[in-house]
Amino acid sequence: MMAGITKIDMAKTGNEAMAYAMKQINPDVVAAYPITPATEIVQIFAQYVADGEVDTEYVPVESEHSAMSACIGSSAAGARTMTGTSSQGLALMYEMCYIAAGLRLPIVMSDVNRALSAPINIHCDHSDTMGMRDAGWIHIFSENPQEAYDNMLQAVRIAEHEKVRLPVLVTTDGFIISHGMERVATLPDDEVTKFIGPFQPGTKLLDVARPITVGALNFTDFYFEHRRALVDAQAAAVPVIKAVGREFGQKYGTAYDCIEPYQLADAEYAIVALGSTCGTAKVVIDQLRATGVKAGMLKVRVFRPFPASEIAAALRGKKAVAVLDRSDVLGGFGGPVFTEVRSALYQQAGAPVLADYIYGLGGREIDMEMIGSVFAQLQDGTAKPDSVQYLGVRD
Amino acid sequence: MSLKKYQELALGGNIERGGTAAEFKTGDWRSLKPVYQAENCIHCLFCWAYCPDSAVHVTDGKMAGFDLDHCKGCGICAHECPGKKGAKAIVMEPEVK
Amino acid sequence: MATLKELAARGDRFTGGHRACAGCGATIAARQALLAAGKHKVVAGCATGCLEVVSTIFPYTAWNVPFIHSAFENAAATMSGVEAAYKSLKKQGKITENIKFIAFGGDGGTYDIGIQSLSGAMERGHDLLYICYNNQAYMNTGIQRSSATPRGCNTTTSPAGRKIPGKAQFRKDLTEIMAAHNIPYVAQCAVGNWSDFTRKVEKALDKGGAAFINILQPCRLGWGYKPELTAELGRLAVETCFWPLYEVEDGVYKLNATPKEKKPIGEWLFQQERFRHLKQPANGAIVDEIQREVDQRWDKLVKKCNG
Repeated sequence: MMAGITKIDMAKTGNEAMAYAMKQINPDVVAAYPITPATEIVQIFAQYVADGEVDTEYVPVESEHSAMSACIGSSAAGARTMTGTSSQGLALMYEMCYIAAGLRLPIVMSDVNRALSAPINIHCDHSDTMGMRDAGWIHIFSENPQEAYDNMLQAVRIAEHEKVRLPVLVTTDGFIISHGMERVATLPDDEVTKFIGPFQPGTKLLDVARPITVGALNFTDFYFEHRRALVDAQAAAVPVIKAVGREFGQKYGTAYDCIEPYQLADAEYAIVALGSTCGTAKVVIDQLRATGVKAGMLKVRVFRPFPASEIAAALRGKKAVAVLDRSDVLGGFGGPVFTEVRSALYQQAGAPVLADYIYGLGGREIDMEMIGSVFAQLQDGTAKPDSVQYLGVRD
Repeated sequence: MSLKKYQELALGGNIERGGTAAEFKTGDWRSLKPVYQAENCIHCLFCWAYCPDSAVHVTDGKMAGFDLDHCKGCGICAHECPGKKGAKAIVMEPEVK
Repeated sequence: MATLKELAARGDRFTGGHRACAGCGATIAARQALLAAGKHKVVAGCATGCLEVVSTIFPYTAWNVPFIHSAFENAAATMSGVEAAYKSLKKQGKITENIKFIAFGGDGGTYDIGIQSLSGAMERGHDLLYICYNNQAYMNTGIQRSSATPRGCNTTTSPAGRKIPGKAQFRKDLTEIMAAHNIPYVAQCAVGNWSDFTRKVEKALDKGGAAFINILQPCRLGWGYKPELTAELGRLAVETCFWPLYEVEDGVYKLNATPKEKKPIGEWLFQQERFRHLKQPANGAIVDEIQREVDQRWDKLVKKCNG
């Protein structure tokens, strides 16, 4: 803990932690629509508004599509803008998510990961987030309520950085994190204000003296160039995410990066995972280590921009690696994380055996035993290279 | 004209100035052109009000001719013109190029 | 209300050089709306559609006010976000100007795919004037029917064929739907009546709060007529009582024009290619039906206005 800053411990669920972060960020505008399991974030925030604890203009829109549309209008107007959603709500937003990124608007959104229909299901998987992995947003996954809180604060800095100016999605696992209560160390309000700084918008519709046009039609002569600029913005986000994560660590004790290795340096067998599963896996790895197995994990915190070279470097020399995917690419070759990790390793001489395990769809539980079985398969060779297995499904 | 590289374009594809369309000429779309006959003009400004292309000049509240760089020759001005004693102040004539 | 001389002195905030068809009614409406709003600082938005496409071909923009387009179905939602940002920043003392907000959408983007976001924005009561430039079909994509398309109309998705003579349904009455939102101001206008439209835009902005104007906008391409008739056909729609000019201010209905002599609907229909097939004797019954519908809607409206 740095001198002069006293963190305040609070018991908070993931949703409460995110809503509390939003309160401290004190955005100019929030436009949001309720959906399970993210509803609480909206509810709690609406109460902050009703109690006059924030300056925010809260727009209780009639759909998620309108939520993101209003966020686009607000952000383009020059206001710090946030929203939150889940699952079908995010899917309804997809069209506008592409546009938010294309217009380079630094909107910060919480997404409480939930499965996509059909069948309808309210529990966790990552299908919703992964459905917009090509939309141009930055994606940050959280392992627990503390990270959800910390990530929200950092997201504002990352999104608004002048070299980035992209929307950021911060996710938590539905119910597992969103409704799981843990101790969350929070910062004092004024410290959050200081950390995020004032908003310096790149697009200002409300500057009526300088009339700009936002969202113009591009023919074949300009569209490609404007999309190409987005590629650079994603690339520029990598050092910014790292710098902000480092600064957060220097100031408040916990540093963040795009990836987080756990017992990985000397590991022979490793898993790659996102979100809450990483917490469970750490316990399994500790137990395996106690029995002499060189087990480790690579937690992917930032999925977009995808830290390909860092992942390749971190997995270099491992004997076998299992990617745990909490969503599937139907008709594809493994889940979304697997295909990206495999791609990152493709040119690496002596790359590890890489297998994909799709698990936990629709909230199907993943427990220590299941993660243990994955490590066992990595060790005994039943985890074949490029195999895709379904973990925990009745077959 | 050489078009800008992607690095040179404004953030988010924004157009950073208003009204730049005025720099784009649509006058060559015209097959008919409006011809002003001042002696029949009562300066009602209907021609100005209904022009879809902002191509009627008004100076000091009076009709002051056409912006033929932008006029597409639709003829609304001539049609709306009440003229004087049945004689139009705007008539459409074939464009001679 | 501003005179034409006063409007002309204000200067255009929607420029020429856009790529609309010669004789386009949508650009007349946009231009007149911004002129009418001329004493205010304005931020405008537009749904995807003809007006947006012709006016913002990069790097050219006809808008000399701040302008935003994001997608098709959400001009009202997008502009409600702009307005919320304004409210928030104003409240916090971060901006000082007074600004008004105008959203434009065609009938496809308003009656059909955008009705949800429009309804939401109006119900929430943003300080936002939404203007539907209603040309009664999806003109931008090539004249497909919308719920604003009149009965009997030939469009590319309600074609007049050997068996089916154009659109089977009567048009939806969106103006009444918006009136049912009990917002401060709702009005119907038609291109070709500049003073009526100017007065209503002024009134909508001066009143403040959510306002909706539905302006009938003849489209020379989709309706099929000579381009010089754009304003004329708007007036004829009023004179046949097909498209009455009226307003609903704080719930009170007021008719703004009563034709001295109500012209038969055929006088309007048969100047347009899209109704040409109705001239065939076999389709005479459809014209009668349309006339009956016009009469009924007119009578109902007159009652509300006298009410």
